[in-house]
Amino acid sequence: MLDSLFANVASYFASLKLSALLRALPGGLAQGLIWGILALGVFMTFRMLGVSDLTVDGSMATGGAVCIMLVLSGVNPQLALLASFLAGMIAGVVTGFLHTRLGIPDILAGILTQISLYSINLNIMGKANQAVNVNKVVFLFTSNAKVLTRTIWIVFGVCLALILALYMYLGTEHGSALRATGINGNMARAQGINTNRMKVIGLALSNGLVALSGGVMSQYQGFADVKMGTGAIVIGLAAVIIGEVLGEALLGKHMNFFIRLSFVVLGSVIYYVVYVFVLWLKFPPDDMKLLTAVVVAIFLAVPNLRTAKKNSFNRLAKQNAKAAKLGKEG
Amino acid sequence: MLEIKNIYKTFNAGTINEKKALQNLSLTLQDGDFCTVIGGNGAGKSTMLNAVSGVWPVDSGSILIDGEDISGLCEYKRAPFLGRVFQDPMTGTAADMQIIENLALASLRGQKRSMFRWGVPKADTEKYREMLKTLDLGLEDRLTTKVGLLSGGQRQALTLLMATLQKPKLLLLDEHTAALDPKTAAKVLEATQRIVEQNHLTTLMITHNMRDAIAYGNRLIMMYDGHIVVDVSGEQKKNLTVEQLLNLFVQASGSNEVNDKLILS
Repeated sequence: MLDSLFANVASYFASLKLSALLRALPGGLAQGLIWGILALGVFMTFRMLGVSDLTVDGSMATGGAVCIMLVLSGVNPQLALLASFLAGMIAGVVTGFLHTRLGIPDILAGILTQISLYSINLNIMGKANQAVNVNKVVFLFTSNAKVLTRTIWIVFGVCLALILALYMYLGTEHGSALRATGINGNMARAQGINTNRMKVIGLALSNGLVALSGGVMSQYQGFADVKMGTGAIVIGLAAVIIGEVLGEALLGKHMNFFIRLSFVVLGSVIYYVVYVFVLWLKFPPDDMKLLTAVVVAIFLAVPNLRTAKKNSFNRLAKQNAKAAKLGKEG
Repeated sequence: MLEIKNIYKTFNAGTINEKKALQNLSLTLQDGDFCTVIGGNGAGKSTMLNAVSGVWPVDSGSILIDGEDISGLCEYKRAPFLGRVFQDPMTGTAADMQIIENLALASLRGQKRSMFRWGVPKADTEKYREMLKTLDLGLEDRLTTKVGLLSGGQRQALTLLMATLQKPKLLLLDEHTAALDPKTAAKVLEATQRIVEQNHLTTLMITHNMRDAIAYGNRLIMMYDGHIVVDVSGEQKKNLTVEQLLNLFVQASGSNEVNDKLILS
């Protein structure tokens, strides 16, 4: 029996081809960078506004749907991406309206927009998915293996430009007001900041980036699917958190805001490289979302568990019991 | 300067928790008045300040600043007129931002915030450093420190500075030293006195310390049951003792139940 186990293990490792991994890595890198755009959007709401915005799952697919449908109707692909960005902003404004004007809790407001976007995305595309004949349309963000390196450089450039733009915006008077809104609404209002408006602007910017990411992704894969955004918020959070943990570990206090934003994109790239690696290990693709959720849960839990370990009643009880026992014996 | 005319505010109206917080409250402050406010728990002191700040609209009545009716304006729209320091040191500042970022935010209180100007102009650094120096808390060397790392007293002093960076028409202090240890509280009060005098600010200061209420300012009001029951100023206030103040309260409110907290503090 042991023999057969060894044989199985041996054949498993024999089936893993290093060349296959190397072939898959550039694609992982490109997708990681594309999801990095989405991660920047998630960072805006999750870290700057302190809101967990679930609109993301819907607005990513909206970005893809808008881009593909416009390209199909003959619009310039780059112009279509701009439209994706604007469509995402509208989705963000809707969530912001539900939250700030109608008083619906932020998470619920996001879920409502997300679920309504599912129908809207189906209406945009007319069916569950739409593809573009990539031999007819030249995409800047194509996954075509021949020009993949170029695609990676272009997405890298886009990420860098977006990081720079966010860095500059959040450093302005307006951007500072947005950050203050997320940190302390009472203080912001006392300084004359319209916190409701700031939240809507933040949600719009965030979902604009998310939809842009969806648009780029649809160009990369050559199609848009109504389900392409499912679980996007979790992947975005994973990227933000992986980036933060890594940045903290590598740079600690030397991290400035520009590097902090860069680590968000880096977190996304790392997520996708690991994703490719795990798939290469023949992990069932159907279980990837479960794995992602577990990874995010662990990363979110670690800081809390660390403090909980220090501030534990159990630990103190054990410590005192031990001391008492030693006292008796001595 | 400030005119509060017959304002009413009832919380949870029509329910078992109904609380008539303000009842026909009126108050007029002259330009440069430094008015201290005392009263027991639930007398309506903080409610009055929140009404002036616009945290929520009052049920009826009007609030005027410099003759302009502001009672219909929401909280952030009243910010140009008001400098505020809160009871909780966490409330007045943004913890996750640097000292200088907080000051820069406050320097634009009530103004349009541009997308094309840096939030923290380099040119203002020296100005802020000088201002922080006057607080004598060692903050002038920590301009880029996150405010969350400061002590409660430091945060209150910083909030005070932020509230007065742009001269407000009215300074509202809501028990801003209540959460501090006695020594720090004295320091913050001292700074308050100095800033108010230097800038000739019209000020409303809630305190639960009767001695402070007597020692500071040129006018003292005591609230009970949502309105003002004692109002002393000028010479009469200067010669006031805690005992006299308690007697005034009993006379005015017609009740012997002087709040424990009122006596103890």
